[in-house]
Amino acid sequence: MAVTASRLGGIEQLESAFQKAHADGRGALIPYVCGGDPNLATCAAIVDALGAAGADAIEIGIPYGDPLADGPTIAAAAQRALECGTSVDDVVGLAAGARERGAPPLLLFTYLNPVVQYGVERFAAALAAAGAAGAIVPDLPYEESEALRRAFHRWGLALPLLVAPTTPFERAVAIAERSDGFVYLVSRLGVTSAAHGPDIAWIGERIARLRPRTARRIAVGFGISRPDEVRAVCRYADGAIVGSALVDSYAGTLGAQAVDRARAFLCSLRAATVREPES
Amino acid sequence: MQRPDARGYFGVFGGKFVPEVLAEALAELERAVEGAFADGAFWREYQALLRDYVGRPSPITQASRLLGGERVARLLLKREDLNHTGAHKINNTVGQGLLAIRMGKRRLIAETGAGQHGVATATIGAKLGLPVDVYMGALDVERQSLNVYVMKLLGARVHPVTSGTQTLKDATNEAFRQWAGRVEDTFYVIGSVVGAHPYPYMVREFQKVIGSEARAQVLERYQRLPSDVIACVGGGSNAMGIFSGFIDDRDVKLWGVEAAGHGLQSDDTAATLGAGTVGILHGSRSYLLQTPEGQVRNTHSISAGLDYPGVGPEHAFLKDSGRAFYVSATDEEAVAAFHRCAEREGIVPALESAHALAFAERLASERGPDGLLLVCLSGRGDKDTRQIAALEGVELAGAAWR
Repeated sequence: MAVTASRLGGIEQLESAFQKAHADGRGALIPYVCGGDPNLATCAAIVDALGAAGADAIEIGIPYGDPLADGPTIAAAAQRALECGTSVDDVVGLAAGARERGAPPLLLFTYLNPVVQYGVERFAAALAAAGAAGAIVPDLPYEESEALRRAFHRWGLALPLLVAPTTPFERAVAIAERSDGFVYLVSRLGVTSAAHGPDIAWIGERIARLRPRTARRIAVGFGISRPDEVRAVCRYADGAIVGSALVDSYAGTLGAQAVDRARAFLCSLRAATVREPES
Repeated sequence: MQRPDARGYFGVFGGKFVPEVLAEALAELERAVEGAFADGAFWREYQALLRDYVGRPSPITQASRLLGGERVARLLLKREDLNHTGAHKINNTVGQGLLAIRMGKRRLIAETGAGQHGVATATIGAKLGLPVDVYMGALDVERQSLNVYVMKLLGARVHPVTSGTQTLKDATNEAFRQWAGRVEDTFYVIGSVVGAHPYPYMVREFQKVIGSEARAQVLERYQRLPSDVIACVGGGSNAMGIFSGFIDDRDVKLWGVEAAGHGLQSDDTAATLGAGTVGILHGSRSYLLQTPEGQVRNTHSISAGLDYPGVGPEHAFLKDSGRAFYVSATDEEAVAAFHRCAEREGIVPALESAHALAFAERLASERGPDGLLLVCLSGRGDKDTRQIAALEGVELAGAAWR
């Protein structure tokens, strides 16, 4: 196990990534890849390339056949990964390998049922052993999050919870309070997809109202696909999460070609994370 | 009759496992359900539609020729097949349609497998003046082209779903996604006692009419309660409906009959309570046909309405508490019961209901002449005749109905 990389708990790993980005005058860029898409080896090379190209943290999806919060791009990526036989342990192993090779903080993105079947305590221990920073569970409601949160706490793992445009404000504050690592602010209605862009006006307004009520970092995801959207989001948020558009950029390719496309796509967004001085 | 707890659980089953974007929509629905259920005017409107539009109460028919011999129990059929649109599904869509109007929602969406719930939703949408979008697995669209056409005749739009297995489970995923995208003006009409709280409870309350009618009808005609109540279980809405009438009558045995497909031990089954384990699907914790990794398994049943990997959380609760028993019938047993019911009773049952009949025939000889078995005949079988014909190598010329 990589002792050096994983000595920090997951929450601290993420905080230090946010601090580093902030010190550079940037918002953090957090790309998402689906573990095992297009296959495990290529996916591992993509994670390495994203880290080397300046991703501040990376989400790695555990492929699930019934992804209720995901649009067609990520659902199809999960299907490809499942057809390769990708298991939970494969994705945890992928994360462990990437951390040993110096990857930035890694968050596993997974639906709840695979975690429950794996065993909540066992899952937390496996993530910690892999040096992962934590997990994001999009169908885990705030009211049901306590058991997983407690298990994660024992290992210092992050469990960012989601706040949506439909979330009443006081509920959003309560969710933020329980959200470890950062608050995942969903940018608009609907599911993950590059087809509909983020609602920047709403994001700005919501973050402005949340800041006085929470000390948590806030990262925004869903529908962010272009440099101008990254730039706009980073004006308000601590980080921008990009999933479907990245997965789209290398869909249908394998090996070095997939890696090159993922790297090129990330680089196109990386520059946009720089915050311009207020004029 | 059990109410779910404040977090939406029947015992350890149920809950609200949905993405945060839908949490407030469920909370809004919960408030609306509370208000409507406490409002006599809401129920009066619902009952008036059931009477004047659906044609309730549905009768009880004694099936006197289905079971040969004198040493067997009497068999009663609750005739949900005689409802408008030919199944119990409309009891629920009437209720949810009225609720949608009460909440000021402007459109309905629904998932459908075989198309029965899609037709029932399209029907109530037409009646109440609400546009309807139905999500249906692309495979089912192909297999159930007639119901697709009926939905279109009723003014609904049918959207084929091409993700995953392209069947009911994927149609349900897609309906949830579409709801997440237009949660403010859209009412999601779920077709069974599944999904996140308050759906399983709400749908049960709208199907309860089956059980309360049946209990009164049986008491009046036979001056006693049935010994056993039997219903097929996919998601389980007709079963929860008829069970509701008898759940407090502790001497009445309740039997849910699942679709064993090619057999409980085979990979080709849809018997969730018989062969599944506890997991989370479509917003609630219940039994689930899944792999050890937590991936939802492909299911099989000859009956599209039972071909679903999950089951309502209240059934999971009734199973574990021992109040209801869950058994199964295979494809073969269901088809045999389908034919016997048609030939000996003059009733062509839905293949779903034929599963319940298959088990009832078994139980009848066990019970002997003192037994009084009540079966929920959840729907009529017209929709299945093409499938039966194909199964038996019969070519139907031209359109299936003329």
